[in-house]
Amino acid sequence: MEPILQVQDLRMHYHTSKGAVKAIDGITFDIMPGETLGLVGESGCGKTSMGCSILRMPSPPGRYEGGKVIVAGRDILPLPEKEIRKDVRWEEVSMVFQGAMNCLTPVYTIGRQMLETLQEHREMEPGEARALIDEYLKLVGLTPEVAQRYPHELSGGMKQRVVIAMALFLKPKVVILDEPTTALDVIVQAQIINLLKKLKQTFDLSFIFITHDLALEAEVADRILVMYAGKIAELGTNEQIFGAKGPSHPYTEKLLQATPLLHKKVEHLHFIPGTPPDLITPPKGCRFNPRCEKCMDKCREEEPPLVEIEPGHQVACWLHAKN
Amino acid sequence: MDNDIILRVENLKKHFQPHLTFSQSITGAKKRKVVKAVDGVTFDIRKGEIFGLIGESGSGKTTTGKLVMKLIDPTEGTMTFQGEDVTHLEKEALKAYRRKVQMIFQDPYASMNPRFKIRDVLEEPLVIHKIHGDRNEREKALIKALTEVKMNPPEEFLGRWPHMLSGGQRQRIATARTLLLNPAMLVADEPVSMIDLSTRAEILHMMKDVQRDLGLTYLYITHDLSTARYFTDRIAVMYLGRIVEMGPADMIIDDPKHPYTKALIDAVPEPMSGKVGVIKELPISGEIPSPANIPSGCRFHTRCPYAVPACSELPEPELEDCGGGHLHACRRWKEI
Repeated sequence: MEPILQVQDLRMHYHTSKGAVKAIDGITFDIMPGETLGLVGESGCGKTSMGCSILRMPSPPGRYEGGKVIVAGRDILPLPEKEIRKDVRWEEVSMVFQGAMNCLTPVYTIGRQMLETLQEHREMEPGEARALIDEYLKLVGLTPEVAQRYPHELSGGMKQRVVIAMALFLKPKVVILDEPTTALDVIVQAQIINLLKKLKQTFDLSFIFITHDLALEAEVADRILVMYAGKIAELGTNEQIFGAKGPSHPYTEKLLQATPLLHKKVEHLHFIPGTPPDLITPPKGCRFNPRCEKCMDKCREEEPPLVEIEPGHQVACWLHAKN
Repeated sequence: MDNDIILRVENLKKHFQPHLTFSQSITGAKKRKVVKAVDGVTFDIRKGEIFGLIGESGSGKTTTGKLVMKLIDPTEGTMTFQGEDVTHLEKEALKAYRRKVQMIFQDPYASMNPRFKIRDVLEEPLVIHKIHGDRNEREKALIKALTEVKMNPPEEFLGRWPHMLSGGQRQRIATARTLLLNPAMLVADEPVSMIDLSTRAEILHMMKDVQRDLGLTYLYITHDLSTARYFTDRIAVMYLGRIVEMGPADMIIDDPKHPYTKALIDAVPEPMSGKVGVIKELPISGEIPSPANIPSGCRFHTRCPYAVPACSELPEPELEDCGGGHLHACRRWKEI
């Protein structure tokens, strides 16, 4: 089977007056149809930049510095903007932005906002469009009556369902979800996660699920990509990261230990001292070395390569790299 | 036993009267629905304990916190703090109360004046309460407070601006600011929800250390059961303005009695493999009803999987003890 999306050695830097912020610095991965890839890391690790870069809309002053984003066999980076709008963005790949549910216009009804997305891309009779809107509202578990309502009349969970419906409208193959449940309560969060799983089964969709919550990734992601300071720290299957053996990169390990467990009372929770590095002048060697407990001399000097330690499990750490 | 209790809240209520809309005021309509944000809450907080108030958005947990802080006045009920009635306080008495009960806010980015240096941020409460007049004494107090929250070296931080600090450091400063007044109790409303996961544990750990060292009492308000388990001694679970279950944290989480608490616990994701293909069964559906329109009888019956007609017809169940200080408000707890 061909991967639906391939990212190859992607580099995207923000050019600020102080220098280039290397937000994405050589990232390679691919996603199969019907697969969910979880993207985790602390704030400032480049998760959202990654999502926007795949849609070819890095926020200014971001610029691509190399690499490829291949959607259904075609590299989209050299394409003109017009073609991206026509064929790629929202048609092939769509995104639910962080806090998207708060970006619904308060002065339009839900139906009208959904219609706008549709008209931008498709020529459609009003009746036909309305039928489609109703269908998608039902699909995300809402009643078609919601189309007549205004955003302030809906709860957070309902608004999140509306923006998910809008991202699915044009039948994309890949949907990027940026922290889709952070602002929601646990029960509503579990409802949304169930909805995503059902949608994935029905449409054979691929998701990129961005969050800082590892526990949530364990519920949804087939494979997990752990980002640190614009680079891949670890990439592995759900079992390889969350299984009995535990993760292999010290960063993933620490993140997991910092996640409080509900059913296990611990006296002392772990945390990672310090903050992610400044990406204008990242630390020499491994970018995690100033915060790593297992740091060796080599880590301060040379950057560790990303090596495959078992099939499908890649780690960038000197503890695992053979010379 | 009674001497142990620092704060006693009895049947506390806060009802909000919504303003009339323009059209309503013209037509003279009197259809104002009262929003019952807090609707009869009773609990005791013991000296030196961490008491967790848990609930979804709309459960009234933040309003309860504001009532305890005396930022708003209750509609009904009484509050006793250190043996004194504090239900209605004014001017000097209120100022004295606020000195003893301090608050740590949710958003460390919004709770500090960006034009104040850390020194000014910390001095503000001393100025307001007119204490530590001498400059040297003040300096000493600031440094002591910063040391307590483990900001090392303390002198270095005094001259910095808030924007130079990370979220975690700001929350430390916010804690130091409250400590300067030697409070007896701290109200912390979601103090770590805006902080990165990697540092969340660090802040909770620091707060716990401070609490132990200084013998403080905390009221910890959160929606996050996992941190509550780690952080608190006792938990009260709120639903639509009332407490539905209360007791020692371990008991509530390992052996919940109320169907709502059970549902909350079931919904929490855990970092373990083998759950991707599984669609989690959720015992309750829908979302929390509006506090302007509270269901009759047990207010949870509209979403409860075990509800029988009696649940909506009989009056609201009161909290009952099922042993070991574990209280719950469910009529059918033995059957479910």
